[in-house]
Amino acid sequence: MTQQGSYYYVPSASYWPLVGTLALLLLASGAVLWVNSYSLGPLVVTLGFAVLIFMLAGWFRTVIRESESGLYGQRVDASFRWAMSWFIFSEVMFFAAFFGTLFYARVLSVPDLASVDGQLLWPNFSAIWPNAGPGYKDRFSPMAAMGIPAINTLLLLSSGATLTWAHWGLLKSNRNQLRLGLILTIALGLLFISLQAHEYSHAYSEMNLKLTTGIYGTTFYMLTGFHGLHVTIGVTMLTVMLFRVLAGHFKPDHHFAFEAVAWYWHFVDVVWLLLFVVVYWI
Amino acid sequence: MQKSANGQAQTEAHGHRPEGLRRWLTTTNHKDIGTLYLWFSFTMFIVGGIMALIIRAELFQPGLQLIEPERYNQIVTLHGLIMVFGAIMPAFVGFANWMIPLQIGASDMAFGRLNNWSFWLLIPASLLLVTSLFVPGGAAGVGWTLYPPLSIQMGMGMDLAIFSVHILGISSILGSINIITTVLNLRAPGMTMLKMPMFAWTWLITAFLIIAVMPVFAGAVTMLLTDRHFGTSFFSAAGGGDPVLYQHVFWFFGHPEVYIVILPGFGIISHVIPAFSRKPLFGYTSMVYATASIAILSFFVWGHHMFTSGMPVAGQIFYMYATMLIAVPTGVKVFNWTATMWRGALTFETPMLFAIGFIFLFVMGGFSGLVLAMTAVDVQMHNTYYVVAHFHYTMVAGALFSAFAAVYYWLPKWTGHMYSEMLGKVHFWLTMIFFNMTFFVQHFLGLAGMPRRIPDYALQFADFNAISSIGAFGLGLSQLLFLYIVITCIKGGPKAEAKPWDGAEGLEWEVASPAPYHTWETQPVIK
Repeated sequence: MTQQGSYYYVPSASYWPLVGTLALLLLASGAVLWVNSYSLGPLVVTLGFAVLIFMLAGWFRTVIRESESGLYGQRVDASFRWAMSWFIFSEVMFFAAFFGTLFYARVLSVPDLASVDGQLLWPNFSAIWPNAGPGYKDRFSPMAAMGIPAINTLLLLSSGATLTWAHWGLLKSNRNQLRLGLILTIALGLLFISLQAHEYSHAYSEMNLKLTTGIYGTTFYMLTGFHGLHVTIGVTMLTVMLFRVLAGHFKPDHHFAFEAVAWYWHFVDVVWLLLFVVVYWI
Repeated sequence: MQKSANGQAQTEAHGHRPEGLRRWLTTTNHKDIGTLYLWFSFTMFIVGGIMALIIRAELFQPGLQLIEPERYNQIVTLHGLIMVFGAIMPAFVGFANWMIPLQIGASDMAFGRLNNWSFWLLIPASLLLVTSLFVPGGAAGVGWTLYPPLSIQMGMGMDLAIFSVHILGISSILGSINIITTVLNLRAPGMTMLKMPMFAWTWLITAFLIIAVMPVFAGAVTMLLTDRHFGTSFFSAAGGGDPVLYQHVFWFFGHPEVYIVILPGFGIISHVIPAFSRKPLFGYTSMVYATASIAILSFFVWGHHMFTSGMPVAGQIFYMYATMLIAVPTGVKVFNWTATMWRGALTFETPMLFAIGFIFLFVMGGFSGLVLAMTAVDVQMHNTYYVVAHFHYTMVAGALFSAFAAVYYWLPKWTGHMYSEMLGKVHFWLTMIFFNMTFFVQHFLGLAGMPRRIPDYALQFADFNAISSIGAFGLGLSQLLFLYIVITCIKGGPKAEAKPWDGAEGLEWEVASPAPYHTWETQPVIK
């Protein structure tokens, strides 16, 4: 570790970026092979995931060690804050693309298909929502808002509260409160994921609501699916935070990693509220 | 504009650095990574340039001579993707890496390892793109915009393009987060936002644009992927979706993207023109606000790419006027550059020649953009060679010329040697003449009705196409001279002073030439 310059920590040479590059090369080429039904695909993707996890573990281990040995000053801390904020902004824009798509389908493309012009092609099509498009001949049930989704809303909102409570514990050096708060948050997150999985399997087996169920199934599964993926990533990060807390990391004035994960978790929370309103409810 | 209190930075490099290949594979040094970016960019410029020459060779005369139409479409697609994502964007990130820490008095970029990752991710991304030419069915042949429904029907080359775009997106988002953090957090004490060099300003705004729109592009190609392989209905009317939806999502990314590839160039020109006019930049603050205005407006004009896709008249009028509005801040910039030269003590070294060439040709590209912004005109010109001429005037004469200006301007700082001024001027004039020979005639081809993205054309277009093809080969070959100039400058040449241009301003000229491996280990104080 070379400390170059007294005011800012510049890391020394590292192989982790190269390992990460290899991971993404394997993941991407494996995925291409997989979706084109080459038998090698799943193997290459699995290998890519293994390398990715190896990279994440190794790179973050390095960062955590540097942080715990006090190499990161105020200036580095401020850099992390900027970077995490902009990263979350990029995630906001990724979700915006899919929310925009849902908006476009409901306000523009579906009504358009039922317009005077559309009637020439699809005479008996009417623009009601939920809608799977004029070419969809089957029947399906849309997902109701009150039921599992409402429970999930409650779970995620509570998890936001327990996480803030854990943060208060950290600030007051009350490690028991910190631990308990984190464990509760992780438990609520896991419960959310299980209920979501149950909802999906129920939708597939009994409601005939699938990814292939026209634009409704498409937007429903892509939006909730990407959100679920983010919850899973969030729970993973919270678990890492729990292990770090158990290892005695974080001080009241030095715990940016914890805050970053909390920001991320609240972001995932807000996305869910929007999902609950526009995907499930209205 | 700004002066540091303690002058020269320390030159001794403490801390070890690995030697040989390991140095480049594992580096966290902003200068090393900048160099990697620039060489990668030049390599992809040659790859994309060879593709352009294949296109022009096929179009030299009517009829099908060299390649199959399918192959032609694939090469057109890859030429576009490689030039935008492989050549232009990495070139500007390379300049940012090299120069922003020097210009703002920072010891390095904010995140050294992340910086290295952003670079190395470009390698798998470009490998996926280039190897897609050799898979069954060939590369994506839909044009760089990847429009469905055609892109839904392509073979696995399309999947390679999709995943390549994902990796490119990760690379440029991480790179932008790094740049934005560096600019916001690592400026020397006393360097307020409105004392920042224009290049740092334009990159700050560019990085914001990249972070805002690259995820949207990732979303768009993800939708293509699921429509192709997982039965979703984003772009299928039978399922309630709409192929035009893709165009909306794509161009919400695509229009800011065209400013992403030009704004850093504006920043470079804003350094070169004052240096060789020996006057401070005219209207610095208005330049900053103009850049920000262009960036904000770029989010509200995407519909002008879709005038023929079907759009309500109200929408067409909105996008037409919003697009024309962009001419106002762009006009402010051109006015300011011209006003900077007004009554300046001008000299015409190579960077200045490229900068003036940039202003002259970019204004022409801007004017043809105004022509295309008019809905009624665009309906006639959409997807003709007029559009091809327009965006090559902005991307080649804009982005590429500003990149050349930057290389000649900062090459003494990087290598410690002066390049051959005579050869540099020859390079400029060859590039200038052959560029116009290649692309000016394409305006006439477009006005006469020649569509873009076709391997064959009607006989009446033959003469202009022949001229354009000869120009293209001249333009391509001239770049070998550029490579020769750069290599000889790295190897030797007259010793460059710390500040080789007497009119240049900025902190980068206060460190030695060549810039030591570590600079600004103590931050300068700006008064």
